[in-house]
Amino acid sequence: MISSRLSKLASWSYLIALYGFIFLPVAVLVLFSFQDGRLPVPPFNGATLKWYGEVFSDSRLMSALTNSLMVAIGSATVACVLGFCAAYGLARFVLPASRLQRGLLIAPMTVSYLIIALGLLTTFNWLGVSLSLWTVGIGHVVINLPLCFAIIYASMGDHQKNIERAARDLGAAEWQVMTQVSAPMLMPSILAAFFLSVTFSWDEFIIAFLLSRFDVTLPVEIWSMLRSGLNPKTNAVGSVVFLVSVALLLILELIVFRRTAKK
Amino acid sequence: MTAPVSIRNATKIFGDFTALDDISLEIAAGEYIVLLGPSGCGKTTLLSLLGGFLSPSSGTIEINGKDMGDVAPAKRPTTTMFQDYALFPHMSLRDNVAFGLKMRKVGKAERHAKAEELLDMVGLKTSANKKPHELSGGQRQRVALARALAVEPDVLLLDEPLGALDLKLRRQMQDELKAIQKRVGTTFVHVTHDQEESMAIADRIVVMNAGRIEDVGSPENIYMQPKTIFTASFMGEVNFIPGTFESATDSTISVKTPLGTVELPEFECRGFVPGASVTLAIRPEHFRASTGTGPRITLGKAKVEDGSFFGTHHRAHLSPLDYPNMTITAHMPQSAIIEPGAWVELTLDPTSVVVLHGHPPRPTPESAAL
Repeated sequence: MISSRLSKLASWSYLIALYGFIFLPVAVLVLFSFQDGRLPVPPFNGATLKWYGEVFSDSRLMSALTNSLMVAIGSATVACVLGFCAAYGLARFVLPASRLQRGLLIAPMTVSYLIIALGLLTTFNWLGVSLSLWTVGIGHVVINLPLCFAIIYASMGDHQKNIERAARDLGAAEWQVMTQVSAPMLMPSILAAFFLSVTFSWDEFIIAFLLSRFDVTLPVEIWSMLRSGLNPKTNAVGSVVFLVSVALLLILELIVFRRTAKK
Repeated sequence: MTAPVSIRNATKIFGDFTALDDISLEIAAGEYIVLLGPSGCGKTTLLSLLGGFLSPSSGTIEINGKDMGDVAPAKRPTTTMFQDYALFPHMSLRDNVAFGLKMRKVGKAERHAKAEELLDMVGLKTSANKKPHELSGGQRQRVALARALAVEPDVLLLDEPLGALDLKLRRQMQDELKAIQKRVGTTFVHVTHDQEESMAIADRIVVMNAGRIEDVGSPENIYMQPKTIFTASFMGEVNFIPGTFESATDSTISVKTPLGTVELPEFECRGFVPGASVTLAIRPEHFRASTGTGPRITLGKAKVEDGSFFGTHHRAHLSPLDYPNMTITAHMPQSAIIEPGAWVELTLDPTSVVVLHGHPPRPTPESAAL
């Protein structure tokens, strides 16, 4: 009796400790973004929306936020298109060294962002490409393409192969098979890849920092704010970043996984 | 929209496996042809050659007199109905059926009208807005048929189309397929391993085995006058009695068997020479009561081993007096009383007995199953 109550207590404490460990930093960040005072540290002096007002009236932060959205959506779109084409090619046709090609496509996942950023920086310098949001976008395609490829490739089964064969049999050319049959059929996994890519690009700092110059993305802008010390405004903008990530994951969950479950 | 098909000396080799070995077949326009055989006999390979999904290692295929050698599946006057239906899961039934017309750049209003007309033909007009996952297996099958017919192909290829359906639904779809084929007049080439299905729907059955054509003919011919031991055993239950060809006169032939010498009216000269190994093929339902009108021959007495009731008949196992190791399967009338240990006379109508070249391989799968 007592031992069962003890074990119940232990498991609940473990659960709370676990989620506390994961979410406490975020909870503290969000809490002190409402801090009515100059420092985002305890004690909590009361709530105010003043810092959010400052964030949304800061033109540099707002342009960084727009840049981040553009880079995230642009790079995720490109990564999905390339990932889908690569997956289609490797799943549907007999290609030379296809195992090796699959390995090479997924390999960048295991390389740290810092190394990828350094490699790209060297390459851009060598090619004489000046740094801009475009170079950040290219960097994000490099990190997200393996992910998109892996997700989409995994969802391409033999059943769909027969459906594509039926489309060809009914007179569809290869590009029509891809755009009117394969892509719509694989839309749940393509959307999953897209939203994950957007989330990763939205949060990404190292590549965005090393490959940008005048126009920067939001994480880089936050970093430069942090150099002048902590204040509740940085907490507020951090909360906004977190909120957007959560929103993206919710969209993914609602649109994509619910749709898959229905089928 | 219909066309004749002509297959000449088609051979297909995969590595060191010969899937099709020098196949030649002429199919008339508007014919319902069934390719029948066990798995691995090459029937699906032949269908893929017609659809253009595979190309023959040698030989030619002509549809409507045109060589299909370099024609891609999309450009052929054929469409295929796949075993797993292969419907487009993200499209409504209307869009599924209209897909082929869309690829042929038919305007939206026209192709939707045509799609609805075909959905009406297969009894799914009211479901045009539904998605395939909302349908039952039989309904999906009908949509697949409507989709394949929407582009008015000259030849429709059906790859084991009823394989995934339960027995009752399969019988019903067989009737529907045949009725629709008669209505649209398209040449149908249908692959199956179910001999009952093939007899129920075919104008002509092509029996295939190990990459070759064993037999071609109407269902009645294939069943009652099979040309080979393989066909005879594949088309249903049969008793094989090995024997030796003795002699032929103008009107009769005589065959020596372990059950005595049998005199048969010669139905067709098949080049038998005295001393040749032959086999008598007798269907269980061809045994007759010993009294009655019409010609009768007897294979001697046999002892009833056991019997079971099948509704339309009793199926009994008999062992002949002259050769007790042999088991004969016979259908006896509904009203018969089957008593194990009783003796009966093995009486036959001699015109129903088929004489085939060679002896059955031992043990035949059929004899093992009896």
